[in-house]
Amino acid sequence: MTVVEQPADVLQQFCQGDVDAFEVLFRRHQGEVYGWIVRIVRDPAAAEDLTVETFWRIYRARARFDPTRSFGAWARRIATNAALDHLKTARPETDLPDDLPAATLPDPGISEELRRKTADAFRRLPPKLQVAATLALIEEQPYREIAEALGISTGAVKVRVFRAIRLLRKELKRRGIEP
Amino acid sequence: MNENDQERIEQLLKKSLPPVSTRVGVELRRDLWPAMLKRLAAPSISVPWFDWALLAAVAAWLAFFPGAIPVLLYHL
Repeated sequence: MTVVEQPADVLQQFCQGDVDAFEVLFRRHQGEVYGWIVRIVRDPAAAEDLTVETFWRIYRARARFDPTRSFGAWARRIATNAALDHLKTARPETDLPDDLPAATLPDPGISEELRRKTADAFRRLPPKLQVAATLALIEEQPYREIAEALGISTGAVKVRVFRAIRLLRKELKRRGIEP
Repeated sequence: MNENDQERIEQLLKKSLPPVSTRVGVELRRDLWPAMLKRLAAPSISVPWFDWALLAAVAAWLAFFPGAIPVLLYHL
């Protein structure tokens, strides 16, 4: 395997289709991409598949990548799109596996039924709103990073979060829950 | 919806869906490069552009000459 020393060289070689350079980038960024995706889809197994899917899209789009720009930011944007596509096709019957090992259990201050209904209503939101609300409210990611990953302005992220909350409230009311 | 409503729903959401980082973690537990290599080696299923062009041409032809549909079906 060719040892690539300089990141700039790696990016140039990646753009030319060099698989070794792609491997270097993959190993350097797979953890970060996985971490971002798992925050959105909340399912480790699906996040692993989507990480591979993201890098597959990255490899196919290599000719369009500008080596002078941040590979990480580009990868995160593609990862966000892959996660969005997953939410669009997997919802709403796909629930977050509830038997996952839990380091912190849901807040015991609310009933299990209320928790389940809220989570279910949230997963039925339009995927674009769901992603913005998940990253902003649940994962508490900076609005600037969310905006960059979604390819929209921070103002637009705030609008999506507000619309998500409003729709969630409406859906909860429909289910007889007055938050 | 006022600010109090918004705040209450945000709190309810946070209590119902705790952050992934506190639930399952956001650390990758295995190297995904072997899976990536498999994906790279898999033959891509793609329809050549010519097939799409041919399909579009046939669809356009049938749209202009619907009388040709029975003839086409007969020959299929």
